[in-house]
Amino acid sequence: MQEPAAAPALPSPRHRDPAWTGRVFWLLAAAVLVAPALVATEFKPWLLFEPDALKATRRFIADFLPPKIEGEFLWLVLVECWRTVAIATAGMALALVIAIPLTLISTNAISISALGGRMHTLPLFVRQATRWLLIVLRSIPELVWALVFVRVVGLGPTAGVLAIALTYGGMLGKVYGEILESDETHTTRTLLRNGAGRLQAFFYGLLPHSAPELTSYTVYRWECAIRSSAVLGFVGAGGLGQQMDNSMKMFQGSEVATMLIVFMLLVALADQVSAWLRKNLA
Amino acid sequence: MHISLRGLAARHPAAAPDSVPALQPVSLDITASEQVAVIGPSGAGKTTLLHALACALRPAAGGLTLDGVDPWTLPVSKLQQLRGRLFLAPQTPPLPPRQRVITAVLAGRLPRQSLLASLRSLIYPTGIAQAESALTRFDLAHKLWDRVDRLSGGERQRVGLARALLSSASLWLVDEPLSSLDPSRAKLAIETLTAAAREAGATLVCTLHQVDVATRFPRVLGLRDGRLHFDLPGAEVSAERLRELYAQHEHELLGGPAAAGDTPPPPPQAPVMYCR
Repeated sequence: MQEPAAAPALPSPRHRDPAWTGRVFWLLAAAVLVAPALVATEFKPWLLFEPDALKATRRFIADFLPPKIEGEFLWLVLVECWRTVAIATAGMALALVIAIPLTLISTNAISISALGGRMHTLPLFVRQATRWLLIVLRSIPELVWALVFVRVVGLGPTAGVLAIALTYGGMLGKVYGEILESDETHTTRTLLRNGAGRLQAFFYGLLPHSAPELTSYTVYRWECAIRSSAVLGFVGAGGLGQQMDNSMKMFQGSEVATMLIVFMLLVALADQVSAWLRKNLA
Repeated sequence: MHISLRGLAARHPAAAPDSVPALQPVSLDITASEQVAVIGPSGAGKTTLLHALACALRPAAGGLTLDGVDPWTLPVSKLQQLRGRLFLAPQTPPLPPRQRVITAVLAGRLPRQSLLASLRSLIYPTGIAQAESALTRFDLAHKLWDRVDRLSGGERQRVGLARALLSSASLWLVDEPLSSLDPSRAKLAIETLTAAAREAGATLVCTLHQVDVATRFPRVLGLRDGRLHFDLPGAEVSAERLRELYAQHEHELLGGPAAAGDTPPPPPQAPVMYCR
């Protein structure tokens, strides 16, 4: 907080770091902001190392070893694994069905009335309303959607697919819109000025510009959907997560361990596939 | 297409509404299938005039009629139909880098194509022969299947011009078609452009920096500081008049490129956030 007191004489004002006061201020401000958060969350990490906690942890981890490697069980895990990927993929496909039309409606870049200066009131309102719809869709977490759909359509993968479709539809729609708007619009506007229709201008001007970025984001989201569909299983939406939940409730640590390892492998694989696809698309 | 301007003034869409218009009130008539060159130093309002004629810019004052119709009184869909009869070729060729040349040229047909027909042409191009013959006239037939980002600046500019040949527009508005062409290519390009416009029976309005090319046009408009300085047949544009028009901008008259800073650099783009 203070300058090193060891200095025998204070350096002349010209040699003092002018940023020093600001740096100290922001450091203190950060501490003041974080402290209430730690109190509110009852953050007491030392509890982890009390004898009782250590004993419970040891028992839990000991249970994990060795992971269960048994033909029939492994087969079951693989089937559930495949189901998780299927939930993610089907959810993404449905999300695209939601996101693509909403993006086309909401993007300013293919507005015809904006060519003459300002966009007319009705198109402006429709675009804004569509954006609000996208915000609503994506601001409800997929876990909440899954809980709702488990009530509506019952336990199983359908609930997971619908939950991913709604949240990811909103997410994709918003980010697609941002990608299209951030692109340079010279080509699209010229097509519109020359009398092309909105969708024609989209397919001949906007899409060839941003196709790689759009595809790469879609692949990245698919990878996210795989991870998220495993979590959705815990609320009964099918897949690996549901199986993991069952085993945990039965205190079958070795089964949980196997499934965690398989899940890690799955995520690593999806990561690789997605990175490879995105590298080749860019 | 017959064009009639009555006290038309226009300003850049980003300009403040009370700023001086880039194009001061101008009145003139251009008859159907006339060919007009527009010259003047940088910032004279040449591009603004073209944009106003292309219905890309709402007039700040006065009005224009195209074939007797005031475009800005039309409903949006009718105005868009009218825009299909205008062809505006901006100075920077409007070509997506990853698009192929054939697709870029065929985009000239979009206004008279249905959405389905234009989508079908994306799957397998229809009208390959038309696109090739348009490119042949600009000496680019060998680039038919290349991607736009493999072309040089001059080649891109000619692809942009070839697109005009595919449009069925009756008014061609071409902004600086020769800005990145070497002299021999420039000669070919302007000859092709004027001949093709004549064949199509289209009116041609063309802004130019090369005064020697412009004075070969039957009619030349000299713009300076947003005002019409002269409106003469090309043969009557004397060296004296050109010196007046380009006073204090003599380096442009000598055939030098437009001064740097002619167009402002694009604003920095916000990065796309890849989180939710």
